[in-house]
Amino acid sequence: MDKFETFTGIAAPMPLVNIDTDMIIPKQFLKTIKRSGLGVHAFDEMRYDAEGNENPDFVLNKPQYRESQIIVAGDNFGCGSSREHAPWALADFGIKVVVSTSFADIFFNNCFKNGMLPIILPQDQVDLLMAEAEKGENARLSVDLENQQITTSDGTVISFDVDAFKKHCLLNGLDDIGLTMEKEASISAYEAQAAQSRPWV
Amino acid sequence: MSPKTLYDKIWDAHVAHEAEDGTCLLYIDRHLVHEVTSPQAFEGLRMTGRKVRAPEKTIAVPDHNVPTTAGRDTHIDNEESRIQVEALDKNAKDFGVHYYPVSDIRQGIVHIVGPEQGWTLPGMTVVCGDSHTATHGAFGSLAHGIGTSEVEHVLATQTLIQKKSKNMKVEITGTLAPGVTAKDITLAVIGETGTAGGTGYVIEYCGEAIRGLSMEGRMTVCNMAIEGGARAGLIAPDETTFEYVKGRPHAPKGAQWEAALNWWKTLYSDDDAQWDKVITIRGEDIAPVVTWGTSPEDVLPISGVVPAPEDFEGGKVDAARRALDYMDLKPGMPLSEIEIDTVFIGSCTNGRIEDLRAAAAILKGKKIKDGMRAMVVPGSGLVRAQAEEEGIADIFKDAGFEWRLAGCSMCLAMNPDQLQPGERCAATSNRNFEGRQGRGGRTHLLSPAMAAAAAVTGKLTDVRELM
Ligand code: SF4
Repeated sequence: MDKFETFTGIAAPMPLVNIDTDMIIPKQFLKTIKRSGLGVHAFDEMRYDAEGNENPDFVLNKPQYRESQIIVAGDNFGCGSSREHAPWALADFGIKVVVSTSFADIFFNNCFKNGMLPIILPQDQVDLLMAEAEKGENARLSVDLENQQITTSDGTVISFDVDAFKKHCLLNGLDDIGLTMEKEASISAYEAQAAQSRPWV
Repeated sequence: MSPKTLYDKIWDAHVAHEAEDGTCLLYIDRHLVHEVTSPQAFEGLRMTGRKVRAPEKTIAVPDHNVPTTAGRDTHIDNEESRIQVEALDKNAKDFGVHYYPVSDIRQGIVHIVGPEQGWTLPGMTVVCGDSHTATHGAFGSLAHGIGTSEVEHVLATQTLIQKKSKNMKVEITGTLAPGVTAKDITLAVIGETGTAGGTGYVIEYCGEAIRGLSMEGRMTVCNMAIEGGARAGLIAPDETTFEYVKGRPHAPKGAQWEAALNWWKTLYSDDDAQWDKVITIRGEDIAPVVTWGTSPEDVLPISGVVPAPEDFEGGKVDAARRALDYMDLKPGMPLSEIEIDTVFIGSCTNGRIEDLRAAAAILKGKKIKDGMRAMVVPGSGLVRAQAEEEGIADIFKDAGFEWRLAGCSMCLAMNPDQLQPGERCAATSNRNFEGRQGRGGRTHLLSPAMAAAAAVTGKLTDVRELM
């Protein structure tokens, strides 16, 4: 997994509440064999019409938001089905950070497994960032995970909380697998002991 | 030593590492893999240059997407399905795991192939990127479904990051009445607990009625532990288990068999073990059941009537209203008057030889109702071959059933076997969700014998009337 580094990017406003994983990636895209490549299908039913043409009103289709790396969203982002295809689609689109007042639990955890940072903030601060995101090409936010701060284009600084262990993993690009592999000695020791006690396995 | 449950014993034997907060690395003895939830996991290994840690403990088989008609070993029409199956072919070869392609007679639904080949043994930990992995709990192995990131985690490390669940005991006492099967037990339990009743628990099924079941029946019971919300279902191994396992291709042999048996015989819950929750049902009280709604908990004896939304409380009132609307049923209608147009016998719940025998016993010498579309999809190529040898295939064919090749088929309708909008199916599978068997399709879950009876009469039918 890539390390999560401080960056400045465009923030797209998505004030809708309850954006569910079906909206983020509809079920017809689950037959894929890839984790990558889902970005073009992110928000498919909102982003394209039945013929596959772009809906010009959808935020990520607007010229100033096509390169967004941050989403500022309404409450309860990522609810519904547990499909890991949802964070895959967002990450593949280029999204690194999602800000909301609340997230669905499974989606929240899946984000960290895929190098994305979901940030929970109180309503007034989400409102402030939503207003920033509405500024079009000037909707630039800097995200500094090390210092747990978001800085707006006019210099306003907002602090956020993040689980210390998850922060450590993101900053160092450690995925669960990498961490488990650090316990290689324990696994090997277990295997050696199991080979004695349960050799038939 | 403090008393332990069966779950405690299996858990303790598999902890490879425990962190201070109780998070454990649980060692995985068997990893089953199918084509839908694994491609991204293998891709992840390639991208990071990792290999499969224990390919000899990893077993792959395509089942969800495969057509169940002839010619599928050379061509699959649906391009995306074909690509998923081809990806599994390639991944199995590249990473060196055990593989049963569609051309192999041993191919079938992953949860039927594992036990059949002796991969699933008592006291093991078994995982698969599929919620019905619970099936393998019938052997007294700790078995459950995992997500795609976890599939990759197990492939790379042969472990899973886990916290322990709570212990729940479900006891079925006494004996079952004629016509009542393992499927009726497992549906009746879900009817009792609800689909969230098992959340946070591992269930151990016990009691005389469970002891009396064959391995096939026990697999049917554990298969649907997940529909009750539990992480896994377990049944303590006994002589029935050992007899089933003995001589299977990957079961231990000789001195290893004796050593294994010695340990397996210690795998039971101690008399004074502590349970976080206990449910007891009298075997005699279980009737042949069917589902009327769109959740597996919407279960009633076949002698019952369609309920009214007002019969429920809280959020279930609206859910029942929506379900009745989707299923196009009116409150008060006898369940035995519901007409059906499709019958599906198969799935990892009821696609084993004993299930086909039970259905064939009802069908013998009879024909299915005119206009009925009825299909049998054996759970594996070996089940299919055995049924042909026993003459069961002919009974199905003579009755008017389609005799298909092995796979998941209409259980989830990812292959061409799908219901059309408005069609109503009597199915031996495990989920009756909206659209599960095809968009707009309506599903009634029941046992294989009940499905056979429905095929004959064209209505949901009390199988005891045909016995
Ligand atoms: S038969 Fe149905 S429930 Fe079983 S593994 Fe296949 S799709 Fe899943």
